[in-house]
Amino acid sequence: MGIMISALRRFHGGVHPKEYKELSRHCAIEGIPLPERLYVPFHQHIGAPCDPCVAPGEKVLKGQMIGRAGGYVSAPIHAPTSGTIEAIVEHVAGHPSGLTMLCAVLVPDGNDQWHPDLKGLVDPLDLEPQEIRDKIRDAGIVGLGGATFPSHVKLTPSKTRPVEVLLINGAECEPYLTCDARLMEERFAEITDGIRYMLHALQTTQCVVCIEDNKPGAIQAMTKAAKETRNIQVLALPVMYPQGAEKQLIEVVTGRQVPSGGLPGDIGVIVHNVGTALAVREAIRFGRPLTHRVVTVTGQGIARPANLEVPIGTPVQTLIDRCGGLKSGVKKVVMGGPMMGLALNDLQVPVVKGTSGILALMANETVQKPEGPCIRCGNCVRVCPLKLTPCEMAWRARHDLLDQLGDVHLQDCCECGTCAYVCPSNIPLVHYFRYGKFALAAQKREKEKTALTKSRSAAKEARVAAEKAEKERKKEEMRLAMEAKKKAAAAAPAPAGENQATTPPEEHAPAAARPGGSVAPRVAREKNTP
Amino acid sequence: MSKLPLLVTSSPHVHGGNSIPGIMNAVIWALLPGAAMGVMVFGWSALFVILITVAACMVTERLVNAIRSRPSTLPDNSAALTGLLLAMSLPPNSPWWVCVTGGFFAILLGKHLYGGLGYNMFNPALIARVFLLISFPVQLTSWPSPSPLMSGQAHSLAEGLALILSGPAGAPELLDALSSATPLGQYRTELGLGHTVAEALGGTYAFDLLSAATGMLKGSLGETSAILLTLGGLYLLRKGIITWHIPGAMLAGCLAPAAIFWYLDPTKYPDPLFHLVTGGLILGAFFMATDMVTSPISPVGQIVFGLGCGLLTYVIRTWGGYPEGVSFAIVIMNAAVPLIDQYSRPVVYGAQKSKA
Ligand code: SF4
Ligand code: SF4
Repeated sequence: MGIMISALRRFHGGVHPKEYKELSRHCAIEGIPLPERLYVPFHQHIGAPCDPCVAPGEKVLKGQMIGRAGGYVSAPIHAPTSGTIEAIVEHVAGHPSGLTMLCAVLVPDGNDQWHPDLKGLVDPLDLEPQEIRDKIRDAGIVGLGGATFPSHVKLTPSKTRPVEVLLINGAECEPYLTCDARLMEERFAEITDGIRYMLHALQTTQCVVCIEDNKPGAIQAMTKAAKETRNIQVLALPVMYPQGAEKQLIEVVTGRQVPSGGLPGDIGVIVHNVGTALAVREAIRFGRPLTHRVVTVTGQGIARPANLEVPIGTPVQTLIDRCGGLKSGVKKVVMGGPMMGLALNDLQVPVVKGTSGILALMANETVQKPEGPCIRCGNCVRVCPLKLTPCEMAWRARHDLLDQLGDVHLQDCCECGTCAYVCPSNIPLVHYFRYGKFALAAQKREKEKTALTKSRSAAKEARVAAEKAEKERKKEEMRLAMEAKKKAAAAAPAPAGENQATTPPEEHAPAAARPGGSVAPRVAREKNTP
Repeated sequence: MSKLPLLVTSSPHVHGGNSIPGIMNAVIWALLPGAAMGVMVFGWSALFVILITVAACMVTERLVNAIRSRPSTLPDNSAALTGLLLAMSLPPNSPWWVCVTGGFFAILLGKHLYGGLGYNMFNPALIARVFLLISFPVQLTSWPSPSPLMSGQAHSLAEGLALILSGPAGAPELLDALSSATPLGQYRTELGLGHTVAEALGGTYAFDLLSAATGMLKGSLGETSAILLTLGGLYLLRKGIITWHIPGAMLAGCLAPAAIFWYLDPTKYPDPLFHLVTGGLILGAFFMATDMVTSPISPVGQIVFGLGCGLLTYVIRTWGGYPEGVSFAIVIMNAAVPLIDQYSRPVVYGAQKSKA
């Protein structure tokens, strides 16, 4: 029954792109001087956006909440430093649509003064797990590997299935990035401390720290730290992209597969990033919310690659300037890793909680070839870690065959980009998948809308019919009453047969109302099914 | 302040470097030893067949591009590859007009009529060969005996050219070389006359496995050298251009029944090695059936497809109306690819358990 932890398994497919980690591998984490302005978006996570809870002109202290969580699956936003809220405006943001996002513009006062109310927990391991989770929730911690899913949600064990093992993801399988590797090398003790609180929140005892074996320094440091803590095991994995994707990591380490459409918790496994463990520690020990993160600034287009610890909201341009600026001939600036990151067209975009890297890519590092026809080579099918058929998915998305996208499991695609990496025709497969998902979502919304209108109009029809029937019934009653009166006025005792002859209309009335009455439940059911 | 001309495209931002010309060129390289052997064995005429067919394909490709006002697709080298494959499946003395018609048919009707590279249902080279075989059965079944370059029987460059340009009449002294049959043809004809396999292939015909494996036997220009073609195939496997699924399954699909029937009755059915080294089985398995556009995309589908190709090859060779079945088998299986693809999709990660 127990989980067999092993580094010998593999996931299906995968690729091994050129790593380029040597550019920044040896760059110790360093801070930066406070920028002139921070642009802190109110939506930095998966889930509901935050509601601003500060007004322009207001002075805030470091760690003070400035955006209230918009629901259970959401995470509050805090001031990364002390200063004045200059404005709350729409500002460019790292979003695929290129749209702007609501941001708090914070002008630092230079004191970097923590809010005095921020306090850590005393003897956290003796507290109820829920108290740990609440603290983590209030600290605004989200998955720092890039997925940005609110961590307190992922630290809540499901009621039906206990958590057997916590996997700490230090795979860092994206090329170029080294921020997690540096964190593990430099802050191993803090990370293991954070892991203890996570284990407590999850009410489990087993933890495996998973690191790809191109990071010997991190493996060494974490192994040493783990020796001092019970329950933590370090596992070195052979390099393969996308091993750091949640589903693949689980498959490699535990041999189990997350059910399609399900959650890792369904099979007793929870995955958190190393950076998240560190943030958890800060929150539990010192009550400090997530205000900073480490970003790898690298690429051949960067004069001096570095691992910078920066306040959330720092513009990308500031990071690049700090690293000596862009070399001439830079083709692309990417936020995140080269496989899943987002190409930027504006360097004023701020760093958010999920930003792991800023890459400046030269022409020789990035793709520029025009898209060719699909020659059905099957490369994409061979490498897809989720065993999908990317060429078929792309073809259907491209031709708007939305109804057929389910047959090829488009929704299972994690957009890891492995397929596009090997495509000889340079087909932007992931682009088509995003389009397909977007179109499906739009279609679903449209369907829900029409279903709603339909149910509304059906309900209205039913109501009208019922009202009409009711009116008829009343009319009929009145008529009958009149007749009866007339008859009574005629003073002659009416024969029984005549009375009977007048009853059918009365029976008829409720019958007319019945179809109307039965419409409503049917509509309600229709609304529930899709 | 930061308005750089930055490229904004969808992720991923790095690429593994695979390319269509890369694939086509690798296949061409892998074919060249076999083709060179064909020229060595059959003389200069074979070289002209290759050159004319490749040229016909490339000219047609360019013309179609021009007519559809598209940029030239010649640089992807797929037309050149189609030409080479077609030439290698033709008799080494094919007249020039057969080569030109074949090349034209392959590119225009076999490929562009469907919409161009990636959209065609049948392997263009094979569909053209089938078309030629049906239209010009005489020319497509005239098999010259090997007349290796630098040997006594070799024809000169000029004679080779004359042979291709004006048919056998252009070089009457070479005529006597045109009479006999390929091993597969010999086997079928003689068996039809009531002889055993040993009688058919022994005696004056003197079939010899070793010379067959090296390529010294009658047959199409580029299909005779089992050894060099296998080496070419292994090169493609090593480079990851093809996987073992299709060639492995196709060879198994043909050789397994061959072994069974041979075991049951060796007088009527030749041994599997005979099937392996004669005809176009190896060329077909490594180079024709593996054509990416016209084969299934998933490994399971590829195995099914390969088995089908092999099995049909054996059936046609043994009981069909033609002595050689590789082209027909692959073309028939090409038509089944959409169906195979539909039913051989890999089981998606985590799918089994989601049904619960
Ligand atoms: S890798 Fe590209 S060309 Fe090959 S099958 Fe997939 S989409 Fe088509
Ligand atoms: S992007 Fe989607 S289809 Fe492509 S390899 Fe990744 S999961 Fe598979």
